[in-house]
Amino acid sequence: MTAAPEQIDVLDEAREQVLERGVGLSQEQVLKVLELPDDRIPELLELAHQVRERWCGPEVEVEGIVSLKTGGCPEDCHFCSQSGQFPSPVRSAWLDIPGLVRAARQTRETGATEFCIVAAVRGPDKRLLSQVRDGIKAIREDGNDIQIACSLGMLTQEQVDELVAMGVHRYNHNLETARSHFPNVVTTHSWEERWDTLKMIRDAGMEVCCGGIIGMGESLEQRAEFAVQLAELEPDEVPLNFLIPNPGTPYENYPVVEGAEALRTVGAFRLALPRTILRFAGGRELTFGDLGAKQGMLGGINAIIVGNYLTNLGRPAQQDLDMLEELSMPIKALSQTL
Amino acid sequence: MIIAVYCSFCGKEEADGDHAVCRQRLSVIDPPRYCAHCARRMVVQVTPDGWTARCSRHGETGSSR
Repeated sequence: MTAAPEQIDVLDEAREQVLERGVGLSQEQVLKVLELPDDRIPELLELAHQVRERWCGPEVEVEGIVSLKTGGCPEDCHFCSQSGQFPSPVRSAWLDIPGLVRAARQTRETGATEFCIVAAVRGPDKRLLSQVRDGIKAIREDGNDIQIACSLGMLTQEQVDELVAMGVHRYNHNLETARSHFPNVVTTHSWEERWDTLKMIRDAGMEVCCGGIIGMGESLEQRAEFAVQLAELEPDEVPLNFLIPNPGTPYENYPVVEGAEALRTVGAFRLALPRTILRFAGGRELTFGDLGAKQGMLGGINAIIVGNYLTNLGRPAQQDLDMLEELSMPIKALSQTL
Repeated sequence: MIIAVYCSFCGKEEADGDHAVCRQRLSVIDPPRYCAHCARRMVVQVTPDGWTARCSRHGETGSSR
């Protein structure tokens, strides 16, 4: 009679592999974490928090974002209220330069070190890039030294070079979901096209910000697949969004991700990405409420978007800043990012 | 004085059906999308600390924060 193979607990494995050696979990291991029962979530979050502190430090990176060009996007990302292909109530709007300068100032006043300028487009045209260039110049003339990031869709090499010349230090381009699930979410462009833009950004020396949205009908296996695909990219930052089922989009009737499931996902992504800035982004207000946001911050998250999002509202920035103070988490200073 | 008769979240008449979910969304994560006076879709700009919503007939409203 042969003895049954000994089952190794995935959190014990993670303690040795991720916490001690800084090696992220494999897809199979991430899946095991995502399948942990609810009563093991506190243990998972505690470990994820230890990993974050060990490999990233205690600071929290604070960021504000603004929509420079809202709505009317030709792409069909099924989660997005800004697609022109769905009967969403979101109408097209452009933010003018004074409005952009004010938004950057409001963001800097919170203590944030990052300000991300976002446009709902497939990729930027000359008009949009000109607006970004003028906007960055005006922000600097306002005496604002905040780090500027952009999210303008898919880029050509020439556009990447232009953004570098403008002083954009980080570029956001989300893969959104696992490669195997992407064709169910977007049909007007491919996961590989997004990947190509991300490689160009990395090769040009900009920091890579790449994350996605949880709760778009992906299986747990695909969620694990997504975590390791992000790890393979080695992004500087991963923003973690939770689906907001917006009216008029194909996902308007999808359920909001439950808090326990979301916390398991936060912990699992931290264990897959021990050294990455893992940012709480959109949807946390619906998914977690106030209590869950704290649990997430104590479960592997080390960055946060404060204030409003692009078309949805967030908590008042001060509420999140108060939470960080209550948790004794220092905000990363601008001098630490340069 | 103009009386608000339409739901700012879904654009339907306030008197028509239950708008509890709409009110919850408006109180947590959504700016108004429809004019409460005429149900026109508004042009909404969200910024880090507020929002403005402009109706072509009834003008602009905004958040106080």
